[in-house]
Amino acid sequence: MYTLPLSQLDSFFEAVGTKMPLYIPQDNTSGKADFVRWTKGAHLSKALKTVRSAKDFFLPKTETLVSYKLEGKKIEIDDPRKELEDFVVFGVRACDAASFAIVDNVYIKQTPVDTYYKNRREHGVVITLACTDPAQTCFCKLYDIDAADPKGDVSAWITSDALYLNANTDKGNKFVEAALSLSKQNKLSLSESDDKAVSAQQKDIRAKTEKLPFVHLDLAKFAGSNMMNVFNAKLWEDLSHTCLGCGTCTYVCPTCMCFDVRDFDTGHGIKQFRCWDSCMYSDFTKMAAANPRLTQKERFRQRFMHKLVYYPMEHNGLRSCVGCGRCLESCPIHMNIVKVIKAVNESSDVPVPTTTKGAN
Amino acid sequence: MQDNKMTYESIQTQLVSRAKQLLSEGKVQRVVGWRKGLFDYDVTPSLFTTADDLEKNFVYSEWCGANLSKYLVKETRAIETAKDTVRTNNAMAKAKDPNAPQAAEPMAKVAVFLKPCDTYSFTELLKEHRINRDDVYAIGIPCNGMYESVTDNKTAEQAKQIAERCTVCKNKMHITYDELLCCDDESKATARSFGEKDGRFDMVEKIEALSSDERFAFWQNELSRCIRCNACRDVCPACTCEHCIFDNPKSGASQKVAADSFEENMYHIIRAWHVAGRCVDCGECSRVCPQSIPLHLLNRKFIKDINEIYGPYTSGSDLDTKPPMLNYKAEDAEPSVVYSRDKSPADSTAANGGN
Repeated sequence: MYTLPLSQLDSFFEAVGTKMPLYIPQDNTSGKADFVRWTKGAHLSKALKTVRSAKDFFLPKTETLVSYKLEGKKIEIDDPRKELEDFVVFGVRACDAASFAIVDNVYIKQTPVDTYYKNRREHGVVITLACTDPAQTCFCKLYDIDAADPKGDVSAWITSDALYLNANTDKGNKFVEAALSLSKQNKLSLSESDDKAVSAQQKDIRAKTEKLPFVHLDLAKFAGSNMMNVFNAKLWEDLSHTCLGCGTCTYVCPTCMCFDVRDFDTGHGIKQFRCWDSCMYSDFTKMAAANPRLTQKERFRQRFMHKLVYYPMEHNGLRSCVGCGRCLESCPIHMNIVKVIKAVNESSDVPVPTTTKGAN
Repeated sequence: MQDNKMTYESIQTQLVSRAKQLLSEGKVQRVVGWRKGLFDYDVTPSLFTTADDLEKNFVYSEWCGANLSKYLVKETRAIETAKDTVRTNNAMAKAKDPNAPQAAEPMAKVAVFLKPCDTYSFTELLKEHRINRDDVYAIGIPCNGMYESVTDNKTAEQAKQIAERCTVCKNKMHITYDELLCCDDESKATARSFGEKDGRFDMVEKIEALSSDERFAFWQNELSRCIRCNACRDVCPACTCEHCIFDNPKSGASQKVAADSFEENMYHIIRAWHVAGRCVDCGECSRVCPQSIPLHLLNRKFIKDINEIYGPYTSGSDLDTKPPMLNYKAEDAEPSVVYSRDKSPADSTAANGGN
């Protein structure tokens, strides 16, 4: 573990940021935070989390898959994947860091491998940051994610007077080595340290997260063996009745990973790009025919069934929600996964499965 | 409310008992209201059909900013569809056998609670024939201003202040309704006033005063945060197209997430044009924006321009006045007025009068 006096944090970002692309959460003009590339004078936001999740780095809002340029009978094909350079993301919270594994399961561990996503994952160094002050809307602990010990390539903690860094992976080790030499060049005092201060902070964070309101929700009803009971419950009608059908929840969600592929006519060629898509939209997955989910109830149900039942059935019980709380914060009608879990738990319509074996 | 400042709690009690009464008397079958959340601030617009549910979960507080009028499009359509089905079946039966028994049309009505500003969008929707008036029982309720919407408890504690849109509220008058609850003296309702502020167009004027480069930079910065979640469109009571052009792959303008930032900005500008003259300035677009983009300022600019070019007009303020954008008059301003206004703001009155 290494430590740096907090007073040198800006200089540290400068040392790293002038050497390689570095992204840190920064306050924007609306008073909320976004990950923005470091430039001189940038400061780390004090916000607990960014409005958009860190998935944006690996599965951006839009990305060009391939460009075709036409000149007479000549067709030039441009593959954008080779241009990627290594980049560093600082300040990813434990929830967002946990979301990467969930997306990796689909885009890297299954075939065909999503080479665009994989390329970005390989080039990105993720430096996580422990949450000293979790919000009431946070419930990562429900999914056994530890806000006090965030994963990623390098874990970081910020105490009242120092930054602590601990490498977890080869990529992380390489970054720390580079950081050490950069701080030497820039006369910064990044040095080895014990983990006393970090342990104390972790104890404090764990005590706080333990007391949060949604970290002990019961997920027993969302077992794979109970799938049809949850699916057929009457409550979906009531819960979804006022859903606007917008894509806010899906776009701020770190584990929502659906996309659509479109062609863009540039006038002298074609840009084929992909962009986020949302199962909440009426024109979602409009491929050969139409969206198979004709009503908002079905679209709404799909999103929660996928996160709490279908995905876990495919991935050894791993839920595709990380409890970041963004949907609780951003939904225009304040409908969210916590309200859904509670409604299912309170519903006599949905039995508690007698056995969870083979389910999750 | 205006004089004796009833608390939201006591209003809530009256709303619940009135809704229960309407349900039990069979005057309405459904009630659109606000449902309690996990915290104080996360109230959900919701449907109530039982007295028990109303008793336990109905809420009216400073966090009930959500405008319920747009839900009536869907609600009344469901009612009309059910009636149509019975009518069609009856007609078919009659065609086969003139003496066939005729089924009774289902009696269905939905009650809705509308704050003064919500009655403007309700009226505008009626004017555009988006809602069947007969299917609705509209209850006008008082409002003392709603809180700025927040994202979590911490900000909720800090942000217990009247929302910007409420500080520049048009007035406390209800436009269209079947009954008023807790509003004792309607004549006083015209007094506007939650906050001290009177400058509805202050922020618009500030942006107008910028140079065009600065103005471009301002909107570029704001709109660059857009994630195209469509929440602004989906919540907007003026956006009630059957099938939005942006959702239709055959339109040529369909976008989920725009191909480039230029297109993304165009989405908001096209939307602002489309609702021009119909937007009631309810501010829902900005309230729901997860990225806190002040979208309502685009609409407010249009309102200000319409007022200046075509004379004062408040959309949703009655059922009869033709909206200026749909009402051609020989003395209407020529398109050139826009250019002359842009070149020299001082000359705008002359250009207006001259044309």
